[in-house]
Amino acid sequence: MNKLKVAVALGATCAGCDVAILDLNEKILDVIEIVDFVFWPTAMDFKLEDLKALKDGEVDVGLYHGAIGTEEDEEIAKILRKKSKVVVAFGACANFGGIPSLTNMPYESKIFDVVYKESPSTSNPEGTVPLKETEVEGTKLTLPGIRKRADSLNSVIDVDYYVPGCPPMVPLIEQVVDILRVFVEKGTLPPKGAVIAGQDTLCKECGRTKPETISYTEFLSPQEVKEIDPDLCLLSQGILCLGPATRSGCGGLCTSMNVGCRGCLGPTDKVDDHGLKMISALTSLLDVEHEEEYTEEELDKLIEKIPDPLGTFYRFTYGVSMISKLHPDMEE
Amino acid sequence: MSTSKQEQESGIKNPDPKIVLFLCRWCSGKGADLAGTSRLSYPPNVLPIMVNCTSRIDPRFVVEAFLDGADGVLVTGCHFGDCHYKTGNYKAYRRLSLVAKLLKQVGVNPKRFRLTWISATEAAKFVEVTTEMVNDLKKLPPYWRNGNGGNTNE
Repeated sequence: MNKLKVAVALGATCAGCDVAILDLNEKILDVIEIVDFVFWPTAMDFKLEDLKALKDGEVDVGLYHGAIGTEEDEEIAKILRKKSKVVVAFGACANFGGIPSLTNMPYESKIFDVVYKESPSTSNPEGTVPLKETEVEGTKLTLPGIRKRADSLNSVIDVDYYVPGCPPMVPLIEQVVDILRVFVEKGTLPPKGAVIAGQDTLCKECGRTKPETISYTEFLSPQEVKEIDPDLCLLSQGILCLGPATRSGCGGLCTSMNVGCRGCLGPTDKVDDHGLKMISALTSLLDVEHEEEYTEEELDKLIEKIPDPLGTFYRFTYGVSMISKLHPDMEE
Repeated sequence: MSTSKQEQESGIKNPDPKIVLFLCRWCSGKGADLAGTSRLSYPPNVLPIMVNCTSRIDPRFVVEAFLDGADGVLVTGCHFGDCHYKTGNYKAYRRLSLVAKLLKQVGVNPKRFRLTWISATEAAKFVEVTTEMVNDLKKLPPYWRNGNGGNTNE
């Protein structure tokens, strides 16, 4: 049997996606049976030169995880596209820009100043910042430049398949392995652009009981609730959960641990802006039985309990959201 | 867009702001009608879009209005307790105040997005609110058409 040649490349990433692949545990042996890793710098000794040395189209499947944060990330993504027959965006960052894309927030445009000069824990009296090029004792040293935006993979190259998640959960990676096996044995692939995860929202597969009317009187963090009912919908207990707007596929990993969904699988196919849909759903359900008893001031106070809507509703999807297009520069 | 010297001196950065106005059919719509039949004049900068209830306004309507070139978005509905559908305006208030907070975080000046209540008899308030908002936005640069809004790749 011919083995598939697989390359795993990475950009602005925490490498949690690599660990997720290794989380297959003994099933990784099944993977090795059908797959030959020709490039995977996190797990084995590979350099970019090794990927460059391959022939165009020689790699059967190229996985890319991480956002496009530096010029080098973009270059690696383009090389991977050239060398691979099929490219898979792997993980929330490659799919939606992920957490790195929160740096696209307007007032973070001076991110170098914030990180290297202004943060309270920084002592940098000379104001040294990383440079793309510098000379030390006659040797020229270079670093990849930071792009203005951290973007999703499909903003720089053509992407064939999407595997969302932060990181993609083992059941999803198993689905990918199954797809690879069919590819090896029969040479067939799913239709281009397929998202390898569930098609419904998390609520459909979350095992908690949903009351007929879901309603809550305030937004709470799990630690603010004295005793969490392990079987009742988290939202109806007031715990912020992005389940109603988030794609299924994880089997309710977080919700089964009494933690509200954070939305790492992104929106479903029918929705293009994750956060706005969630805001719409969440605010509609606020104490619906007694909503006429509230005054504006009381409602303002309840809304104040969400101090950071952007970080809450766009934790993983800001890079591809509608609202990120609104303005590049903060207005006074 | 070029501004005359006189306008520059008076602090006017955008002589012709465009405002998308979402108003509900039952209170604010009637209030706007009354302003018309009472021959009150209000600035022609507002583009009214009538919806049955303010709770019909999806947050993305607001964002899309900005993306399509609005300098500001104004939402007006019934006062608390007056909603034709009993609680639509409560829902709208909760939803849109969270959207307002989000817009502020993304860098949109809070003056560009307003939510207010206008009843069927408050024609004068309708004129006042629209005029005030237009005057506020004249002092801000054009939002979308200044070449900065939108395409953030360059």
